Amino acid sequence: MAGHSLTINNQTYNVEIKGETTLLWVLREHLGLTGTKYGCGIALCGSCTVHLDGKPVRSCTLPLSALKKDQKITTIEGLSQNGDHEIQKAWIEAQAPQCGYCQTGQIMQAAALLTENPNPTREEIKTYMNGNLCRCGTYLRILRAIEIAAEKIAANT
Amino acid sequence: MNKSVSRREFLKTSGGVALFIGVSGILPQMISCKSKKEVQGIIQKHPLTAWVQLTDDGRVIIYNPAAELGQGSMTSLPAIFAEEMDADWSTVSVEFSPQVSAIYGSDKWSPNNKVMLTAGSRITYGYYSIMRQAGAQARYILMHSAAELWKTPLEGLSTANGRIMDNQGGRSISYGELVPHLTMPDKLPEFSEPDFKDPKNYRFIGIDQPRVDIPEKVKGTTRFAIDIKLPEMLFGVLERGKVHGASPKLNNESEILALEGVLKLVRFDYAIGIITETIEQALAAKKLLDITWSEAPSNGFNSQECFKKYGEIAADKSTGKVIVNEGDISIAIKSADKKFTVDFKNDYVYHAQMEPLNAVVQVGKDGNSAEVWVGSQQGFDSKLGIPKYLGIPEENVKINLQYLGGGFGRRSMTDFVLEGTGLAREVAPRPVKLIWTREDDVRYGAYRPLTLQRLIAATDSQGNITGFSHCVVGDGGNLVASGIQIDYYDIPNKFAEWREVSEGIRLKHWRSVGHGPNKFAIECMIDEIATYFRKDPADFRKKLLAKSPRALATLEKAIEMSDWGSETDSNRAKGIAFLERSGTLSTGVCEISVNRTTGKINVHKFWSASDAGIIIQPDNVKAQMEGGILMGISSVLKEQLTIVNGQIQQSNFDDYEILRMADIPDSIETEIIESRETPRGVGESGTPLVACAIANAFLKLTGKPLRHLPFTQERVLKVLNT
Repeated sequence: MAGHSLTINNQTYNVEIKGETTLLWVLREHLGLTGTKYGCGIALCGSCTVHLDGKPVRSCTLPLSALKKDQKITTIEGLSQNGDHEIQKAWIEAQAPQCGYCQTGQIMQAAALLTENPNPTREEIKTYMNGNLCRCGTYLRILRAIEIAAEKIAANT
Repeated sequence: MNKSVSRREFLKTSGGVALFIGVSGILPQMISCKSKKEVQGIIQKHPLTAWVQLTDDGRVIIYNPAAELGQGSMTSLPAIFAEEMDADWSTVSVEFSPQVSAIYGSDKWSPNNKVMLTAGSRITYGYYSIMRQAGAQARYILMHSAAELWKTPLEGLSTANGRIMDNQGGRSISYGELVPHLTMPDKLPEFSEPDFKDPKNYRFIGIDQPRVDIPEKVKGTTRFAIDIKLPEMLFGVLERGKVHGASPKLNNESEILALEGVLKLVRFDYAIGIITETIEQALAAKKLLDITWSEAPSNGFNSQECFKKYGEIAADKSTGKVIVNEGDISIAIKSADKKFTVDFKNDYVYHAQMEPLNAVVQVGKDGNSAEVWVGSQQGFDSKLGIPKYLGIPEENVKINLQYLGGGFGRRSMTDFVLEGTGLAREVAPRPVKLIWTREDDVRYGAYRPLTLQRLIAATDSQGNITGFSHCVVGDGGNLVASGIQIDYYDIPNKFAEWREVSEGIRLKHWRSVGHGPNKFAIECMIDEIATYFRKDPADFRKKLLAKSPRALATLEKAIEMSDWGSETDSNRAKGIAFLERSGTLSTGVCEISVNRTTGKINVHKFWSASDAGIIIQPDNVKAQMEGGILMGISSVLKEQLTIVNGQIQQSNFDDYEILRMADIPDSIETEIIESRETPRGVGESGTPLVACAIANAFLKLTGKPLRHLPFTQERVLKVLNT
């Protein structure tokens, strides 16, 4: 067992966990950051999406040993101070979630999309969000929420 | 205790503390109490129904007796209560009620038996009158208390938005301010229809309130059972194999027990359980298990080769369990001018709720009590069957209901709760978090059954259907028979039966249950007949629905919305379907195109019109219809669970694909027909519309019928090339 130093939501965590353990379980079961969800374990559903240096990654297939100390991890808990990221506000406006389980992963993916591409077309949204599954069938509202957020961001800049 | 609390004692303890108004027809009670835990203990011990807690700082906490799996019960049921209580919604918060079915159950599942069960789209239906009654009674207690306080007749008081007004005396008081002055009337009236609020004064019913659970879901702070962490908590996993019901023989027990962190191995009839200190240890140990599996009833079963046998069962001269028998079907068929005989088929589908099954269970040190944290759709078994499983009294089991990361019927089964209990018992009093991996969830699922359906229709020379016979062959009783009724269609001779065949595969309700396959078969049959007689399928249904005005209204609405009959693009076609599910009447129309090279069907647009009675939260109804339709598209175009020699062939989202965003339609439009009838269910109304609407559009577009679900690209190509 080796010590690892992680920077998560601008906080440093030192953990003694086997290097092959995936970031997902470290976040959820060792650090109590349960907003990141387990859905499939093979990077096919997107429920476990977090940002690594601002890019969306699937934490369920990312072993601790692959992370470097200076890499910044952002989880849903660190996306905004009070859940008031434009994306989160738009998500409420669109009344997007149903069961809500996949939604934190969806939000992390969508936040990364708007950072990369603040004014995406519908097709660009669909392509970027295609790795995030929702079983309740909220896709149309997710799409709408992303469009609302993009409009707000455009209006504010 | 509550009975013996005198008014004086009551008032003495109530200053500045929480106060519960319990409302039931028999035993109206109020309880004052300092701690919520204590109050919940009292509620559980006494025959009393507490639906609301008022605090003197003006907060109103309403209890939701239903599970919240995304269908919006956390908002819609309290909205019904708040409407009759005339509460100020800005002061309302909502909590799950204690899981005690004798108190919080509904008798809408079975008469004289109170059950807490969130399934079958029956929550609004099951609790509408209960919540109205309780809300009206809470308001009455408040008005009674104000009348006592002001020494004025109750009849002269009115309420508005969380305040009581004395119009004569020109004074008013908020519900919160009234808390220290609450008194219980000698008798609590039972209210009936004329006593309830006039719908024209509604502020919540029929008027959208933002869903109360959404802000936390967006922040990531919602607690699902899988998020629970308790002191000293251990982790558990089970290896269940790929063949349902096979028994394990573990070949390397000592090797597994020697692994770091492995505390215990637990044998189940169908699995080996492992308890470890950390989740990663559990998952690692699970992979190293060397197990030999016994024979099981499903050995030898191949889900793609069974239809020949099912066809023979359908052709047998004997009759199965008769479900519908109106008129005389045999005479209708014998005297038919034209007879249609068509087989429809469907493969197994899996629930794929996004939160894999899990439960956190703690068994008391003496084994005589248990506490559970679980996302469950509840059920007929009291306390999820744990008292029986552990052989302990019901009152010694506490269920802490959590939000559900999807259910769709799977979480109305208690297998995972009992597994967690079986593990926790072995390490009591340390709690155990049992997690199913996605692979476990797929392979040891409980699927919507595979069926073959033989439909025979008789018509006269004009194409009027004179007889309609439906035989479903499959396993699971109502799981395959639900939705086989077609009361709404004006057909003089109707017959429906179920013929049982069992393959040893685990089965369960799956969103809309038998309605998915049955309505697919019925509605496609209608279109095949209409097409044969060169009649427009919408007009054809108009005639069939002539004596069902509410049904007809949904059809006409959907025709209007979809601009039916206006196709201009020859590469696209529309299909229509009508059905009833959970008392809700719905017509759906979809517009599709087909890639004739790849066999891929694209659904471009979907319209639905429904009559679900009184609508509590309109936008939520729309969300349910949208979600149901998207889940329908997913199951119809992609989902196929197959079995070879009893072994489940799929294991995760790589080989069991569900709908992704790239394949959603451009729009789903939903209209609700205005109605003052009893509210009915909408959570499952959208899903079964999809298969038939798509197949009917495909028939119109290509002239060829799709008769086997799902419509995989391979199957579509095969149909196109015949």
